[in-house]
Amino acid sequence: MDNYAIEMRHITKRFPGIIANDDITLQLKKGEIHALLGENGAGKSTLMSVLFGLYQPEEGEIYKDGRKVEIHNPNDANALGIGMVHQHFKLVECFSVLDNIILGVEPTKAGFLKKDEARKKVMELSEKYHLMVDPDALIEDITVGMQQRTEILKMLYRDNEILIFDEPTAVLSIQEIHELMQIMKDLAREGKSILFISHKLNEIMEVSDRCTVLRKGKYVGTVNTADTTPEALSSMMVGRDVSFKVEKGKANPGKVILDVRNMCVAGKHGKKDVVSNVNFQVRSGEIVCIAGIDGNGQSELIYGLSGLEHLKSGTIVLNGKDVSSEPIRQRSVLGTSHIPEDRHKYGMVLDYSLENNMVLQEYFTPEFITSFGFLKQASIRKFAKRLIKEYDVRSSQGPITIARTMSGGNQQKAVIAREIDKDPRLLIAVQPTRGVDVGAIEFIHKQLIAQRDAGKAVLLVSLELDEVMNVSDRILVMYEGELVGEFDPEKVTVEELGLYMTGARRQEVKTDEEKE
Amino acid sequence: MKKKNKLYSVWTNHGVQSFIASLICIFFGLLVGYLVLLCINPAGAGRAMLAILQNFLYFPRPEVALEYFGSTLVKTAPLLMCTLSVLFAYKTGLFNIGASGQYTVGVGAALYLALKYQMPWFVCLIAAMLAGGLLGAAAGALKAYRNVNEVIACIMLNWLSLYTVNMVLNKVKEASTTYTGPLRTENPAALLPHMGLNKLFSDNRYVTIAILLAGLAAVFVWVLMEKTMMGFELKATGYNKNAAKYAGMREKRNVILTMFISGCLAGLGASFLYLSGIEQWSCAQTSVPGMGFNGIAAAFLGGLHPIGSIFSSFFIQHITSGGSYVDKMVYPSQISDLISSIIIYFCSFVLLIRYMINERVINKMGADILNTEEENVSDDEKGGEDR
Repeated sequence: MDNYAIEMRHITKRFPGIIANDDITLQLKKGEIHALLGENGAGKSTLMSVLFGLYQPEEGEIYKDGRKVEIHNPNDANALGIGMVHQHFKLVECFSVLDNIILGVEPTKAGFLKKDEARKKVMELSEKYHLMVDPDALIEDITVGMQQRTEILKMLYRDNEILIFDEPTAVLSIQEIHELMQIMKDLAREGKSILFISHKLNEIMEVSDRCTVLRKGKYVGTVNTADTTPEALSSMMVGRDVSFKVEKGKANPGKVILDVRNMCVAGKHGKKDVVSNVNFQVRSGEIVCIAGIDGNGQSELIYGLSGLEHLKSGTIVLNGKDVSSEPIRQRSVLGTSHIPEDRHKYGMVLDYSLENNMVLQEYFTPEFITSFGFLKQASIRKFAKRLIKEYDVRSSQGPITIARTMSGGNQQKAVIAREIDKDPRLLIAVQPTRGVDVGAIEFIHKQLIAQRDAGKAVLLVSLELDEVMNVSDRILVMYEGELVGEFDPEKVTVEELGLYMTGARRQEVKTDEEKE
Repeated sequence: MKKKNKLYSVWTNHGVQSFIASLICIFFGLLVGYLVLLCINPAGAGRAMLAILQNFLYFPRPEVALEYFGSTLVKTAPLLMCTLSVLFAYKTGLFNIGASGQYTVGVGAALYLALKYQMPWFVCLIAAMLAGGLLGAAAGALKAYRNVNEVIACIMLNWLSLYTVNMVLNKVKEASTTYTGPLRTENPAALLPHMGLNKLFSDNRYVTIAILLAGLAAVFVWVLMEKTMMGFELKATGYNKNAAKYAGMREKRNVILTMFISGCLAGLGASFLYLSGIEQWSCAQTSVPGMGFNGIAAAFLGGLHPIGSIFSSFFIQHITSGGSYVDKMVYPSQISDLISSIIIYFCSFVLLIRYMINERVINKMGADILNTEEENVSDDEKGGEDR
């Protein structure tokens, strides 16, 4: 009993309309990496918020080192040595790494900052755990991986013993994920106890000692990772067997729908072009995937295609019509659908109801607007209800649910429903499965393939190599704003793609005519 | 169980929460106001507070009280317009602190056309509206194209408009005073028509169609925001500029349009007051009229709802007018403004109080209801299908 660093016994937390945690028990051993696995809305975040003092449970007790404790707020949690790296970092952008680390626990003497000691301690910790960060760099200038290490240092600087990582790999490149795994193992070896929240099974298999699975707010079980398989874990999580292999037939490419020639997008503040001289085609009935490490111009390429950013030069031909200088609305009406990478920034108006979000791309059509410019509320409601049913979008109050209160996976489903239902010629999907659970990933992949089989041209941008290999019919690799390779997913290995993605190799990407 | 659920839905209702929050704010405003009066002079505090709250009821004779009730309504109309101006911008994600400035240029346009060019009332009315709208649009354009925070732009435009209007109206002021000439003698055609409304208020000659128009404006704003495509676009732009752009809306145009409409409302409000003839503009004013600022408090007190605004505007005008009945022998003459300001200040806490109510209701009652719901889950699910 005494070897549990943290024990949460029979925790129950209710919210109006939902029981977020229903009698959940979680036992974290000292020095172990304990994964917490569950779909979106399974209650992982709620459980961690209870542990962190953000919520008070209605029932249940928390023990630390065998002693019962009350955690009323994050300060209590900190005092008990519990630290957390949030999914969205809580850093001050215009402060240095060191300033962020000492924020809130600044060493002072007579009201003046004494940073020398703090710097020494940070450097020691950084060395001990191989967290290479420059203490004087500004947060806004460093990579996401380094920002995460700053968050880890923040916990270590406060001598936290229990470290919570909330979906830490969602924002990292493959390289950075490997580094993080190593760091976590080092931390555990030094006696820190780690709670690792994730729904990526391969990471859990690789790094964790034990794994607790939650489903719909209920405790499913705890297993030793060494004794289980990813398949077993995923059926525990979803409650049914999930196939990892995406079932799809052969592609049947038809005529060219999207034809991009010599496209360039200028960089911010006069830096070099972020998209430089890109040429490619997407045909109806095929899924073309743009692979690459985050930040190599994929986002800007899509902004250029959808009209969110102006082109510096080049042409975009959609279904035989030059749309290079058409506004966003016109491109949408002509048959472009866009599932954006950031659903909070672009994909949804979070303070709007679900039904209003469902008509965001079509509210101006006669189906939803009278000739005097009044909204047809009843048609909107009916339309939203149909989409909710067809795409299984779950929410607490149906069409009138405020989008902000929905889980990430269901928000994404709503966006996908809206964009696919528009019946586009070209479907652009940017990281459509980011931050959604296994069940939803399967659903989204099926939808993309169904769209392909219905004769749509699908352009997929993904950072997940599994997704790139499984879903696409053709892979284009993007590196530093240029296309550096074209591959058939049947004939290329992940390792080979990696070489192109990191710029170690490149080849000429030919247009269709050049191939003939 | 049904009863509990019903109670819960009543307590979580937005309108109910706003109403209770508004009452709480008013209560605390009155309490602190009373304490201030006690500190200054304990002897007259009770009577002074009563005078503020009574306003026109201060007069024992019903026909006199009715006449003064009419005057309060006359001043409520412009305040309501400023409230709607603030509310409309706020609902679309902008903070229009420039309602005062837009109101001021509205006064300038209406009175200048009335006194200099002898224009009839409807021309002056439209001119006031457009002047306010254009000033609002200017702030909107700065926001849309140069990313200037609308609060800063509006504050500066407030001062610009005050001094410009003083300068312009200086040309049509009375020779012996700093006030603009009275419309009743100089251009009666510029006075808003009564349409018999004055008869309802003991022949109060200042009661005009402005009162009705302001009420209609509240309904118009509600319909525009909730029922039309334009409202849909403007609100979407306000909540999330990026998503609006992504959905193909012209987000820059929408920001300017929002501020234009907002400015039009404030400008109209100015004409409602000055074209009733109840006041003359002093060209020696050194601050913008408080209407626009009181509009901010009234908007929040009204629960950010156009119809709620009608009542909150009336209340704020009621205590502002009531302030003038405080005994000036006992208290200094600034006391009326001070007390009404204190009450108005507390009115802006409505959102905070509403938030507190919401948290409390969900924490206290939500759990209870869930406990009982669990036992009846199967029944509930059947019912849910039908709905």
